[in-house]
Amino acid sequence: MIPELGHFALALAVALALAQSLCALLGAARADARWMASGAALAYGHTIAVGSAFAALIWSAVTDDFSVQNVVENSHSLKPLLYKITGVWGNHEGSIVLWCLMLALCGAAVAGFGRSLPSILRARVIGILGLNAAGFLLFTLLTSNPLLRVWPTPLDGRDMNPLLQDPGLAFHPPLLYAGYVGFAVPFAFAVAALIEGCVDAAWGRWVRPWALASWSLLTGGIALGSWWAYYELGWGGYWFWDPVENASLLPWLTGTALLHSAIVVEKREALKTWTVLLAIATFSLSLSGTFLVRSGILNSVHSFASDPTRGIFILVLLLAVIGGSLILFAWRAPALGSTGLFAPVSREGALVLNNIFICSIAVVVFTGTLYPLFAELVFGAKLSVGAPFFNATVLPLAAPVLLAMVVGQILPWKRAALGPALLRLWWAALIAAAVGLSVALGLRALLPALGFAGAAWLIFGSFGEIIERIRLFRIPLATSCARLKGLPLAVWAATIAHAGMGITVAGIVGMSLAREKIVAISPGEAVTLAAYDWRLDGLRDGAGSNFRERIADISVWRDGALVVRLTPARRSFTTQRMETTETSIHTTGFADLYSVLGEERDGKAILRLHYNFLAPWIWIGALIMSLGGFLSVADRRLRVGAPARRPAQSVPAA
Amino acid sequence: MIRLLVLWLTLTASAFAVSNPAELLPDPAQEYRARALGQRLRCLVCQNNSVEESEADFARDLRRVIRERVKAGEDDAQVITWMTARYGDFVRLSPAFSAQTVLLWASPFLALLAGGAAVVLARRRQMPPPVPLTDVEREAVRKLSGS
Repeated sequence: MIPELGHFALALAVALALAQSLCALLGAARADARWMASGAALAYGHTIAVGSAFAALIWSAVTDDFSVQNVVENSHSLKPLLYKITGVWGNHEGSIVLWCLMLALCGAAVAGFGRSLPSILRARVIGILGLNAAGFLLFTLLTSNPLLRVWPTPLDGRDMNPLLQDPGLAFHPPLLYAGYVGFAVPFAFAVAALIEGCVDAAWGRWVRPWALASWSLLTGGIALGSWWAYYELGWGGYWFWDPVENASLLPWLTGTALLHSAIVVEKREALKTWTVLLAIATFSLSLSGTFLVRSGILNSVHSFASDPTRGIFILVLLLAVIGGSLILFAWRAPALGSTGLFAPVSREGALVLNNIFICSIAVVVFTGTLYPLFAELVFGAKLSVGAPFFNATVLPLAAPVLLAMVVGQILPWKRAALGPALLRLWWAALIAAAVGLSVALGLRALLPALGFAGAAWLIFGSFGEIIERIRLFRIPLATSCARLKGLPLAVWAATIAHAGMGITVAGIVGMSLAREKIVAISPGEAVTLAAYDWRLDGLRDGAGSNFRERIADISVWRDGALVVRLTPARRSFTTQRMETTETSIHTTGFADLYSVLGEERDGKAILRLHYNFLAPWIWIGALIMSLGGFLSVADRRLRVGAPARRPAQSVPAA
Repeated sequence: MIRLLVLWLTLTASAFAVSNPAELLPDPAQEYRARALGQRLRCLVCQNNSVEESEADFARDLRRVIRERVKAGEDDAQVITWMTARYGDFVRLSPAFSAQTVLLWASPFLALLAGGAAVVLARRRQMPPPVPLTDVEREAVRKLSGS
């Protein structure tokens, strides 16, 4: 009964989303307050309906209802409760219902929090979100319905891929999806602006909190995914340039560009058309990321052909959303115009440079990810594009942005001079040089020295704007302190996010100094790696609710003192007949002691031991970036005192 | 310099399969080279792993072949050529520059160029048109030029 109620709720949600979109858009076109208000009310109803369908799905999974196809395929009665719940979004159908729920929540959030928006703009945004939601809900209902029954009912389920039965991956998809879907709101604002023919400072101020929140969630989601790959896959790496990873990186890159160009719209009313295009591109990439990855088209054309109905539906839907918004852009963008003039060397100029480089990285990642598909279709050639290509092309494009972002942050608006700005950062350059020099002398290696110098420049240089603003050491200290208290939160947010990037860079450079050893040792033996003695104390068997495991007990010693006991394991999952390696990691804050258990031969266990220098900094940095983003959303200037819209600017729709 | 930087950073995100230590070459310099080579080759039976990362038997065999060839004194290009001859271009994680991959390798330059061109065009369009002279000014010009 519950699955049927969920099924009904899903169908109801399609109807409510369609009604939401029609009422809001028609209401906006006729400036009818009652129609527009019903659009907002329908957004709440649509959210409740999708929420009920999602709850029904969770209920079916938790109560082991093996008459539901989706539960049979992805669950098992012995699976721990946490993974019964999170397993709901661990598969295509369930994850798309979650995706639709988030989109519905976005519409409800605009309806709830957007009361200060002009009512017509608000109605258009709600309407466009509803139109998108209707399309994707219809896709779920017709081709990917997770609430279908199966007959005869099997006794038990087929269980979920054991690699996914992990707390990191349990929360990675919701975070990532929240980030992806959040960009639907800037997209809807962009389309609404194109319909109205008006983008101004107020528009920039309304869009930015949505873009910031989505970006922060996406940053967290990507970091969590990378961390999961690091500890769960047990290869010692953290980023593999896999198509799935690239698909999440693309909207992050254009989203980063969007955040920065929206600042220019807000402060200077320039880069308007570009910002609108970025908002469209970011959501388009989010959409393609979710659905192309899930449909498997990126891996091979053949997997796409194996399920053509789903693939064709999604391609038509993507074409309608992306193509439709781009056609609207080509038609209406000239009406937006641009007013703010600025010199090439200025804050705006630096942000333009940031946008060019970040978008170039996005273009390269996009090309590299889709090139195998392109080459197969056009030349009939099978080729691979993997990590070596991306490292060789992305890093030279990323380095200039990373070095320049410190300078860009202290440049004044409109017109600036580069020399004085660089001179004002002498102390950060000095710290960077000192760090680089000490690494170069200590390790006798040039490249890590350059890398660490760059990271130090980024971390310390990010505080340049704050130091400039409080005029430290140029006016009495007490006055500086008073100025410090008055700084807007957004300045702190930018500093923190930029410094977080620096910490991540330091982590990536540090990982280049990682050491590892593969050894075969018997219990009682020890090996030395990076000043630590790793002793294999013994091997034992263990079991969980749905797996059996072989565990190695390793004690790690330094200068005769016990540092930590590590317990890497190999797990055999009975239902899925799959083996996974469970790494055991101890972090000191500056390095990870990382251990993996391999096979056993002749009483000896194969162990892979890593000393990963600064590895935790990669994710700590990402977390700090994400925090910076949220801090900026909290800046009260974004909530109150949005500049009033000038009435005469609107261009009537043709 | 750039090549060196790229090579170094390519080796940074190092990831390895739990292999048998007996597979590894005793000479650390040779082992380092073999590992770098293995990371440039794709495991053909996995989704997106290099030969060094994969635990598949196929990857294990290729790891052994790479090490045998490195030990025999072959240089990197020879090993890659041998692999491509046997398994096709698909085995290379970084495709060779050819007519088929020119668009791929040109993408960073094309993207930067397009960005630069867009900025130049936008600036040119933004230049405010010269304000036409008023009648008084035109009169002044006429007087000054004495015509």
